[in-house]
Amino acid sequence: MALFQISEPDAPARRRQHKRAIGIDLGTTNSLVATVRDRIPVVLPDDEGRPLVPSIVRYGEAGVEVGYEAMAKQARDPQNTIVSVKRFMGRGLVDIDDDRRFPYRFVDAPGMLQIATRAGIKSPVEISAEILRKLRERAESQLGGPVDGAVVTVPAYFDDAQRQATKDAAKLAGLEVLRLLNEPTAAAIAYGLDNRSEGIYAVYDLGGGTFDISILRLSRGVFEVLATNGDSALGGDDFDHRVFCWAIEEGKLPPLSPSDARLMLVKSREAKEMLTGHDAAPIVVRLASGDDVGLSLTVETFNRITQTLVQKTMNPVRRALRDAGLAPEDVNGVVLVGGATRMPRIRRAVAEFFGQPPLTNLNPDEVVALGAAIQANVLAGNRDRDDDWLLLDVIPLSLGIETMGGLTEKIVPRNSTIPVARAQEFTTYRDGQTAMAIHVVQGERERVADCRSLARFELRGIPPMAAGAARIVVTFQVDADGLLSVSAREQTTGIAASIAVKPSYGLSDSDIARMLRESFEHAADDAATRVLAEARVEADQLVEIVRNALAADGALLNDDERAGIEQAIGQLVARRDGDDAAAIRAGIDALNRASADFAARRMDRSVHRALAGKRVDTLV
Amino acid sequence: MIDPDRNHFELFGLPATFRVDAAALDRAYRALQAEVHPDRFADAGDAERRLAMQRSSRVNEAYRALKDPVERARYLLSLRGIDAFDERDTQLALPFLEAQLERRERAADAAGRGDVAALDAILREVRAESGERQRSLETMLADADRGDAAKALVRELRFLAKVSEDVEAMLSSLDA
Repeated sequence: MALFQISEPDAPARRRQHKRAIGIDLGTTNSLVATVRDRIPVVLPDDEGRPLVPSIVRYGEAGVEVGYEAMAKQARDPQNTIVSVKRFMGRGLVDIDDDRRFPYRFVDAPGMLQIATRAGIKSPVEISAEILRKLRERAESQLGGPVDGAVVTVPAYFDDAQRQATKDAAKLAGLEVLRLLNEPTAAAIAYGLDNRSEGIYAVYDLGGGTFDISILRLSRGVFEVLATNGDSALGGDDFDHRVFCWAIEEGKLPPLSPSDARLMLVKSREAKEMLTGHDAAPIVVRLASGDDVGLSLTVETFNRITQTLVQKTMNPVRRALRDAGLAPEDVNGVVLVGGATRMPRIRRAVAEFFGQPPLTNLNPDEVVALGAAIQANVLAGNRDRDDDWLLLDVIPLSLGIETMGGLTEKIVPRNSTIPVARAQEFTTYRDGQTAMAIHVVQGERERVADCRSLARFELRGIPPMAAGAARIVVTFQVDADGLLSVSAREQTTGIAASIAVKPSYGLSDSDIARMLRESFEHAADDAATRVLAEARVEADQLVEIVRNALAADGALLNDDERAGIEQAIGQLVARRDGDDAAAIRAGIDALNRASADFAARRMDRSVHRALAGKRVDTLV
Repeated sequence: MIDPDRNHFELFGLPATFRVDAAALDRAYRALQAEVHPDRFADAGDAERRLAMQRSSRVNEAYRALKDPVERARYLLSLRGIDAFDERDTQLALPFLEAQLERRERAADAAGRGDVAALDAILREVRAESGERQRSLETMLADADRGDAAKALVRELRFLAKVSEDVEAMLSSLDA
């Protein structure tokens, strides 16, 4: 039974309008979009009920394809079908350890690499934006209107360049980014709110291409990240690659063509996934040459060839615990996140390390998107009484600047709670020095060369003084997205300079604005085409309905009435083939008006017929 | 509420002493963040969002300064106009320095042998010495006239913290 809601006399007459808020997990292998519906976070599936979108973008002959469509054609068109683009976000060619491992035509651009495709040279930001756009459109069609805001997740161990690239991609996809949220933290929100957990939790998140470990304290509605660590270039992909290499060696195969290589990689992944429930998995591939490859991968072999990868995840786990000042036995629960944590070998390693079986009651593929949706819902302003929780996250890597001798001076240490502002004073080292170059870096190593360079800028116009007399305060501000901006100010004169740290190479704000405008212009074309097509369909349907009615019940009309309707039909038919959707609409309206009386009469007559022979009062 | 003129202790409503009630500090910190954190203003205008970021940063900074004993002592001294880590005055007592150098050598030897137990023992020594100094600091910092003595102690504490970090790094490179 439905109850009517009656507001108290002094309560606001109307609730604040509900905002359409979404959470997006932009993954290396798969991406998802989720929202909170009736206070429950849900993943939004496609028309066929599939929750995931494979993070694959194909620049095809007829346009861009994203997801399953692109996946189906990847082996046929590997150079134009980009998989795992997340690995390239904010990364230069020098960062990719083995670029021959990929079939793409890389273009080395300063800072972030680019890929030459059939549709031109694309940056990882643009490619990621295609995936995000697809998710946004899915959400809009299901939520019934434009999305007001989105929370997009990033690996906790992403550095500033990777985070900035992700935010740029989301903006390019036309999303209003409410927050970049760390993936393990998102999982902790979904898990913690679902289970009303308290205590110390470790989130072990092994995705397709990234690994994160976060240690959180959950208490009285506060999610406090104590420490995070990881490897932003380690994931399920690497396990696939080990299987691939093993298969090449075992099958004594010659160097493969890009198509064969992609096919072999797909089969390697399938074998890995099959081993989750079986002791052995076949790898059967027919190469373009017609040669057949038939191998059997056993669990034993798989464990042996991937042993070092499993070990590689445990070192960050130890470091995170040490940074949090905790031992494995202090941890109350371990949450597994990411499809790669389905591997039994991983589950065993984690259980052994923490001395307890990990928690797996939430779908490891969906939990990040669900947490992001919960956060998005609150940030967009749809806060409920029981949404009174607070999230305190950290930056994963220390931020600093280059000092004399190529050394790093840390200004904001890793695991600082964000937002954070920190200032440090520097001085000139030469008499009469009037400018100071500021080189911003991120990383834990002492030598600048071993850290990631984020930005360079200069403070000019320092009045000539003796060496050591100028007082230059450099301030780092990291916002709640984990993004850095830096400013410098000479204290005696007040001369100042500042920079919003953008990947020195990436897209400028004006680039994004331009690309966004272009995409909207295209979108506007598309929209006009769609409106016209819809109007024509509707016109055809209406004409057919009225003509059929005239044929059946024309006797209900006098000659004038009939002529009026025929005329309206004639006008609409004439306009139908034109390109003016508004004129077609006007014709539809005119025919609807002209035939309104006729329709009413027909309806009345149907009612009379239906009632014939029956007493009206028995029908009530 | 987040008045820049207030010191960190006033911000959290705590007495300005070296000994702090950790639970009260945590409670006050969380209560303040619940009010000012940028997540509370994600749907507000630019100006409000920037203000939230600044206020929340300030609360985080104050919390960091009061949570860690070395930082807290340094901050208490700075309230008296004493810069404990003045770069032009980095002197430490010679016997203290000698003891630490000897300790580092022992640690390096133990690391070379892969002797985890010996490293753990050194870590315990360092922590015990830090604890003693913290207790002395408590009385010294309560005394307005003993700022300089307190300053020397804070510097030693910072040095000990660095030693224990180094030993921890050796331990972690052993289990890697």
